Amino acid sequence: MTKKRLGSNIQRRLIPSYIFLIIVSFISVFPFYWMISAATNNTVDVARGKLAFGTYALTNLQNLLAGQDLWGALWNSFKYAGIQTIVALLVCSLAGYGFELYHDKGKDLVFSILLLAMMVPQVATMIPLFKMMSDFGFLNTVWGFMLPAISTPFLIMMFRQNSRNFPVDIMEAARIDGLSEFGIFFRMYMPVQKSTYAAAAVITFMNAWNAYMWPKVVMTDNRAQTMPMLIANLAAGYSVDYGMLMMGVLFCSIPTMIVFFVLQKQFAEGITGSVK
Amino acid sequence: MNKKKGLSITGKQKIAGWTYLFPATILICIMSFYPIIQAIFTSFKTGPSANMKWCDPATYNYSRMFQDAIFKTSVKNTFLYLLIEVPIMLVLAMLLAQLLNNKDLKFKGFFRTCVFLPCATSLVSYSLIFKSMFATNGLINTILVNLGILSENYNFLGNAGSAKAIIIIALIWRWTGYNMVFFLAGLQNIEYSVYEAAKIDGANGWQTFWKITVPLLKPTIVMTVIMSINGTLQLFDESVNLTSGGPANSTITMSHYIYNISFGQGVANFGYASALCFVVFIMVAVLAFINMKVGDKRD
Repeated sequence: MTKKRLGSNIQRRLIPSYIFLIIVSFISVFPFYWMISAATNNTVDVARGKLAFGTYALTNLQNLLAGQDLWGALWNSFKYAGIQTIVALLVCSLAGYGFELYHDKGKDLVFSILLLAMMVPQVATMIPLFKMMSDFGFLNTVWGFMLPAISTPFLIMMFRQNSRNFPVDIMEAARIDGLSEFGIFFRMYMPVQKSTYAAAAVITFMNAWNAYMWPKVVMTDNRAQTMPMLIANLAAGYSVDYGMLMMGVLFCSIPTMIVFFVLQKQFAEGITGSVK
Repeated sequence: MNKKKGLSITGKQKIAGWTYLFPATILICIMSFYPIIQAIFTSFKTGPSANMKWCDPATYNYSRMFQDAIFKTSVKNTFLYLLIEVPIMLVLAMLLAQLLNNKDLKFKGFFRTCVFLPCATSLVSYSLIFKSMFATNGLINTILVNLGILSENYNFLGNAGSAKAIIIIALIWRWTGYNMVFFLAGLQNIEYSVYEAAKIDGANGWQTFWKITVPLLKPTIVMTVIMSINGTLQLFDESVNLTSGGPANSTITMSHYIYNISFGQGVANFGYASALCFVVFIMVAVLAFINMKVGDKRD
């Protein structure tokens, strides 16, 4: 009885917290709701402030498909983000593993130099990278899209930190049993680090899907454009069809929202990545 | 014989170790270090991109930026966003993390998901959502007019002051949950017994926060500050898509302006753009350095 009253007392004292959290949650979620409802209404209703769902979803989609290569852009985004994720994970996990489990003074020095790359702003490398990519003929290709983003100090650090608890004794045992160095990595390290790979995959995929500045520079051909580029173009006109625009934004957001809801834990781990 | 075999095994290991690092290291060198050095050289050149010549005088591109009104505006804007947005966002994120770390709170998972949700949008998506909501004929105007707060529709994005405010609001909306995740992870690492000991010693909530939580969270705080500064100094997507830098370049950010003079309409000026890039690079590096020093000192 007293315990119960104590509990309700605590809850009563938390009422301001609940109110605050409800307000913040509402503000956080509302733009999403509005995006979805706007995608189902025509532009006049959207502007009038209609919040209920409408019946214009199909019309908006048809208008969108008539003016833009939606499926092409979706496919490009999936392709680029998917390939970049796989390659980045392989390259950075190899490096993180090497830096941690084979570490010596030389490698530690290399690592601290690589960390400096974190301070290089993206915009500062944009012009030379653009020239480089056009010299190599990589404009409008997946290479041009992903090469600058494959190897990041952030991912390397994340794999390095998570390699700390990988048992070195097992590596010795495996060597005695005749497993090659690469065998140890692919057959022992990778399976053990599944959760690190999952978190790294989520964050890399999200970043690649959402990338805007670099794709805008390197994907000069309309056929190579990604989803963020497509919706940015939709909004660039003088008079904007809000229903259609929000339908496009919805298509751009669905994949990342699915990833968010299904893999939220991995996403949170991926963001905080190297902090342990 | 034995010895020879042993050596070859360690030899193999050595080679393997360096092989693992090789792709990542080479890529960072080619894709980050080499371009930034290139940018420094380019910043002393002028002329069309196919046929660039050394500037005369050598610092022409650098002295030019002091007369460049748009660049000065872009620097002011970027620092305005930085100085207003980052503190509000981080305090809010810390407050939310504190509330959500309370073990008596119910529906924790629900609240956390809601606050974290804005991170699921791309920067372009949320910029366009905010742009549409704050449009002259958009939702916010309709609501404010109907409530009688505004007498007629206000062009939020067409006026410099309100356009800047909206960029700041949008940034806070998008990034607060992101930073909260860091703080929450940090708070969960603090043993509960530490708080209990403080309670027994008679510390109130405010004292506990400043004397225990903040010092223990310092690495996290320093990191979020560095990340936020770094991100804000490189703002691009929001400036391009929310306000297009307008009205009349009054909300433009440094990255947006650099993009415009190198890839936007008109004649590309890679030399001058590179000089501006180098200035941004120095700013990012200096601020990160200061932050790390401040973070170190009070340990």
